[in-house]
Amino acid sequence: MSNRLVSGTAAPRLSVNKTYKLYIGGAFPRSESGRVYEVADAKGAFLANAAHASRKDVRDAVVAARKGFAGWSGATAYNRGQVLYRIAEMLEGRREQFTAEVVAQEGLPLKRAAALVELTIDRWVWYAGWTDKIATVLGASNPVAGPYFSFTVPEPSGVIGILAPQDSSLLGLVSVLAPVIATGNTAVLVTSRARPLSAMTLAEVLATSDLPAGVVNILTGSPVELAPWLASHADVNGLDLTGAPEILQPELERSAAGTVKRVLHAPSAEPDWTRRPELRRLRTFIEHKTVWHPVGV
Amino acid sequence: MPTFEYAPAPESRELANLRTSYQMFVDGKFVDGAGKPLKSVNPATEEVLAEVATASSDDVDLAVRAARRAYDRVWGRMPGAERGKYLFRIARLIQERSRELAVLESLDNGKPIKESRDTDVPTAAAHFFHHAGWADKLDYAGYGPEPRPLGVAAQVIPWNFPLLMLAWKIAPALACGNTVVLKPAETTPLTALVFADICRQAELPPGVVNILPGAGDVGAALVSHPDVDKVAFTGSTEVGKEITRTLAGTGRRLTLELGGKAANIVFDDAPLDQAVEGIVNGIFFNQGHVCCAGSRLLVQESVAEELLARLRTRIATLRVGDPLDKNTDVGAINSREQLNKIIELSDAGDAEGAQRWTSPCPLPERGLFFAPTVFSEVQQSMRIAKEEIFGPVLSVLTFRTPDEAITKANNTPYGLSAGVWTEKGSRILWAAQRLRAGVVWANTFNRFDPTAPFGGYRESGFGREGGRAGLEAYLDV
Repeated sequence: MSNRLVSGTAAPRLSVNKTYKLYIGGAFPRSESGRVYEVADAKGAFLANAAHASRKDVRDAVVAARKGFAGWSGATAYNRGQVLYRIAEMLEGRREQFTAEVVAQEGLPLKRAAALVELTIDRWVWYAGWTDKIATVLGASNPVAGPYFSFTVPEPSGVIGILAPQDSSLLGLVSVLAPVIATGNTAVLVTSRARPLSAMTLAEVLATSDLPAGVVNILTGSPVELAPWLASHADVNGLDLTGAPEILQPELERSAAGTVKRVLHAPSAEPDWTRRPELRRLRTFIEHKTVWHPVGV
Repeated sequence: MPTFEYAPAPESRELANLRTSYQMFVDGKFVDGAGKPLKSVNPATEEVLAEVATASSDDVDLAVRAARRAYDRVWGRMPGAERGKYLFRIARLIQERSRELAVLESLDNGKPIKESRDTDVPTAAAHFFHHAGWADKLDYAGYGPEPRPLGVAAQVIPWNFPLLMLAWKIAPALACGNTVVLKPAETTPLTALVFADICRQAELPPGVVNILPGAGDVGAALVSHPDVDKVAFTGSTEVGKEITRTLAGTGRRLTLELGGKAANIVFDDAPLDQAVEGIVNGIFFNQGHVCCAGSRLLVQESVAEELLARLRTRIATLRVGDPLDKNTDVGAINSREQLNKIIELSDAGDAEGAQRWTSPCPLPERGLFFAPTVFSEVQQSMRIAKEEIFGPVLSVLTFRTPDEAITKANNTPYGLSAGVWTEKGSRILWAAQRLRAGVVWANTFNRFDPTAPFGGYRESGFGREGGRAGLEAYLDV
């Protein structure tokens, strides 16, 4: 993560630095634009260059997310739960790496960062357990006045564009991403601009878990530059504005109106992610489908 | 097929207690608005029914302020059980005055009396009855303990189901503890003003319900009023998008019920006579002025010819005419403007090469009518397959495989409703799962109930009306 020389018993060793890339369709391409920007730690020291995604990368990511949608939304809830739990297992295995990144990006004391990482893993487990309960809790069998069987089931809205929280680089990120895919949607996520590294490490976890390609696509870069393309994209069905630049939010909402996207409005300030989530993030990106059939012999 | 001669059986228009003029309802009082009065027209005869006061932007402000006062001082803090009792009262009063409301609705809207009498009014009463029972049980709705109302709701409704859409909007809003300012459609304001009188009879506290007749400008002033907490709109997708843009950045809550272009899919093993009835109901109910109308018929190629023959025979028996005649199946087109739109889109069907068939039924000599029409050999790229016609015009497309049917059905930016006709249960569930629509009717069509959530996918809007899911639109959760 840095250029420091590690002194050992023998000759000093230069660390192998990581090159962070984008995560699109299960692969790790560089940005189409060829651009990068510098990510610094909390004290301003160089951490890494992150890919500076372009409009074309957004479009590629939406295509990948759409491609992934049929399989992911069509998978059984049990299967989705298994896949999400598998991701939690892999997160657990990388606790130290995530903790180091949270320390570096957020400047937190080690103990505090470790606690956040643990909470992040538990949050992921929490959502893994939701996949096969959403329909029971939000669906219904409707007691209509007539000889009909009528029931209502929640279904995913489709491809969701997420502007991840700017401050909370891991817990916040997972808190916005997990509910979207737990309900069967696929996601195109734009990371925090200043703190994108744990998102790309999460991408490595996702890529090596059993999550099908395209279900999650992660872009680093400038939310100011990328958000308008997500908001106006005709093949994006929902938009989470949590980490969107405040000044852009009205314009993004206006753009989203063009295709009647489902929009999760940004809170006035970044929420306390350590609090237990409500169901709003699960509810916003689902549709209720009501099915009717006559009853009779 | 022989058809029976029907003697005319008109309902008495005296039952409507029609008055020559109607006032707005603000803060518990009937008042004259400062807007230019509008004239509501009977589309079956084009005669003026009544003059109706309309709101100015100052009136909008007064009404919103009345609603805010009522919310702060009375309604928002009233125990749910008491709110519920008011709603039960309203439900009963609608039932008591059902015949009056049905006749007035048919006069003002042009819909057949049998539909207003048997569907619109009873379903409106049912919505109040259902939501009345929610008012003191919101803790059990699944949104956490003691969910709070949003505040003042601005509601704008369309002309196709004037009283029913009012009920869909007002009943859940009041049950959850909100107060409302509602704008009925320009061409159909009358039953909303009789509803205001029902609120008076129910002794509803002043300001809880306010009714402001007027055109689009009143609606625009209402939804953009800064002291409104929630906007609910039913109408065109175009206007829905405009409202969303207006509200962007304000943080105000919004739900939309917009247009549709529903696919009604008939598989080769479908019970054809039953399907014919469902197709007729799907597109000719309420003259096709239904956002969830089954306006795209998708028929499996192997049964297309037979189904179309049976369908034409059946459609030819539909009686088009006086909405107040109890024998009438298809009433009047609501406005000249709407009739022109139907004519324009049908002409586009001809121009783009679809085959038009028109029912040979006689049409009344005066008034706004359009004979039931079926276009066959329709391609997906044609305007009549893509655009909402909102009239008694059916577009027929064919398919060969179930996958093709689903692909064609989903090939639209809309997603409000869909129909599936097949005897095979597993195919019904398979199709229902794949159709991207908020309501799927299998071997039936156009069923509504206050316990069954209704609403769209994609550009048909967001939010649900009815059932537990519908309460979310009026709670701060």
